[in-house]
Amino acid sequence: MDELSARQLREKIVAGEVRSAEAVAKVFERIEKFDPEVGAYISTYRDEAFETAEDVDRRVSAGEAVGVLAGVPVAIKDNMCTTFGATTCASKILENFHSPYNATVVEKLLAADAVIVGKANMDEFAMGSSTENSALKRTVNPWDANRVPGGSSGGPAAAVAGRLCSAALGSDTGGSIRQPAGFCGVVGLKPTYGRVSRFGLVAYGSSLDQIGPITRTVDDCALMLGVIAGHDPSDSTSVDEQTAHVPDYLEKLDQPVGNLKIANVPKFNEGADEQVRAALDEALDVYRQLGAEVLDIEMPHLDYAIAAYYVIATAEASSNLARYDGVHYGHRTERPRDYVEVYSKSRAEAFGKEVKRRIMLGTYALSSGYYDAYYLKALKVRNLIRNDFADAFGECNCIVMPVSPTTAFRLGDKIDDPLQMYLSDVYTIAANLAGIPGISIPCGFDDKGLPIGLQILAPAFGEAELLRIARMFEANTDWHKKAPPLESVDN
Amino acid sequence: MPERIDREQVTKVAKLSRLELSEAEVAEFTGQLSAILDYVEKMNELDTTDIEPLAHCLPLSNVFREDSVKESLGTEKALANAPQRDGPFFKVPKILDESFGA
Repeated sequence: MDELSARQLREKIVAGEVRSAEAVAKVFERIEKFDPEVGAYISTYRDEAFETAEDVDRRVSAGEAVGVLAGVPVAIKDNMCTTFGATTCASKILENFHSPYNATVVEKLLAADAVIVGKANMDEFAMGSSTENSALKRTVNPWDANRVPGGSSGGPAAAVAGRLCSAALGSDTGGSIRQPAGFCGVVGLKPTYGRVSRFGLVAYGSSLDQIGPITRTVDDCALMLGVIAGHDPSDSTSVDEQTAHVPDYLEKLDQPVGNLKIANVPKFNEGADEQVRAALDEALDVYRQLGAEVLDIEMPHLDYAIAAYYVIATAEASSNLARYDGVHYGHRTERPRDYVEVYSKSRAEAFGKEVKRRIMLGTYALSSGYYDAYYLKALKVRNLIRNDFADAFGECNCIVMPVSPTTAFRLGDKIDDPLQMYLSDVYTIAANLAGIPGISIPCGFDDKGLPIGLQILAPAFGEAELLRIARMFEANTDWHKKAPPLESVDN
Repeated sequence: MPERIDREQVTKVAKLSRLELSEAEVAEFTGQLSAILDYVEKMNELDTTDIEPLAHCLPLSNVFREDSVKESLGTEKALANAPQRDGPFFKVPKILDESFGA
């Protein structure tokens, strides 16, 4: 029997064929068995999970209405606020922080009757590409325990790939959903900026951050997006219905897109590993066989995306992270000599190296004498990059490229060279700068057996078509059905 | 080649950032930030003379609402995570010394 997707599991629960409590028990069995090695979760909530599951089961047997994620075990990245447990951001500074409110996405998951099984590991404050910057624990790639799961949503991606939940939510500021999804062989979607509320998401780069689903299939991704998308009065950057309607992402999902035009950017892809490029070429062939036209285009400013991103994101971070002052919440140094030390020692003691590095870089870029040369320049380059996308989407439905230049790298390989780590984000960053949606779907394996991801980018608020395009590929390939060799999934 | 950012500047930025760095961290960050800034210089290959800066991708406009009384967090919840409190207040070390205002 094939394993169940989140959507199929929900249907079986609603039909009374499977009890949610059974599904949750199975997930916790796997967590107990495999998570000591994988390290996907910072915290798990067994009692609360069973309580929700049993409530769903009771309502199903009583014939009551249940939500669209009824009884489905999900994980959330630990930078989304919850009133249960801590919201750590994988940082010492928030290790004991208990949020007084739930993030809007958490409220939406609960309203859809999802069962939140745990909060997943990440790079501290979502800063990183390997999850090695977590101050609280180490996550490994379920496909190879010597390799990183990607980052910063490495925990959610590893949990989904390792079948330690049915689906998860991550957040993506420069690729933090798509890259770990690619490294772990699962599906990851960064929605359009403004599509999903950021209320209760711990801020990193506020003009770039976006929450999105990490799932095993494209239809689960559409299902999850439908739950979390939409306007939120608590987030002024979330877009209202009038500006961009939230469609039913599942409704036409299985209808192939006619007259599909896909743009390829061969020059930009030259930097990717040979096997990654080969997998991309094969993916393009799949689309050609489905009747799509592939056009080669140039996007001259994409080469400057990393430079612009690491100025803009760090500038925003330096401002956002000023709130960690040791006064209102979070770590405070013991016996400060004066109030300045409350700030400078608390922050020095409890922020990790990468967080300090980015705060420093951003502060420098915004400081007097450097603002024009770095921050303002980066905002102008950002505009050029957005224009590149506008020009490209004038002649195609979507753009494809690799998710990252290589497959999952080894633990420790890049951790001492921050610039090398940044350069691994080359293919994902531009979508955040332009605010457009992007999805990563499994499209092959390299000769070491590591998953390769295919990235598809679409115009702003084009998620419905983007998901259909991704589904076309998935429906004609089997890559998404491969599970990592932790142990065969026993149903 | 001189480093793009020197120790003195790193120390100044650390102060602006309210981060107390050790000597070893200053040395490490000087090299790493210089390498990153060298890379970022790449942006100068582009002529951006007539290009508008783009701070945000959405056409944002101000949002108005009625100024109505709503439920708020409440003192206990707001103080629940405080490292130190004194009754209904956040407690911090003295900010003004005795000479102030004398």
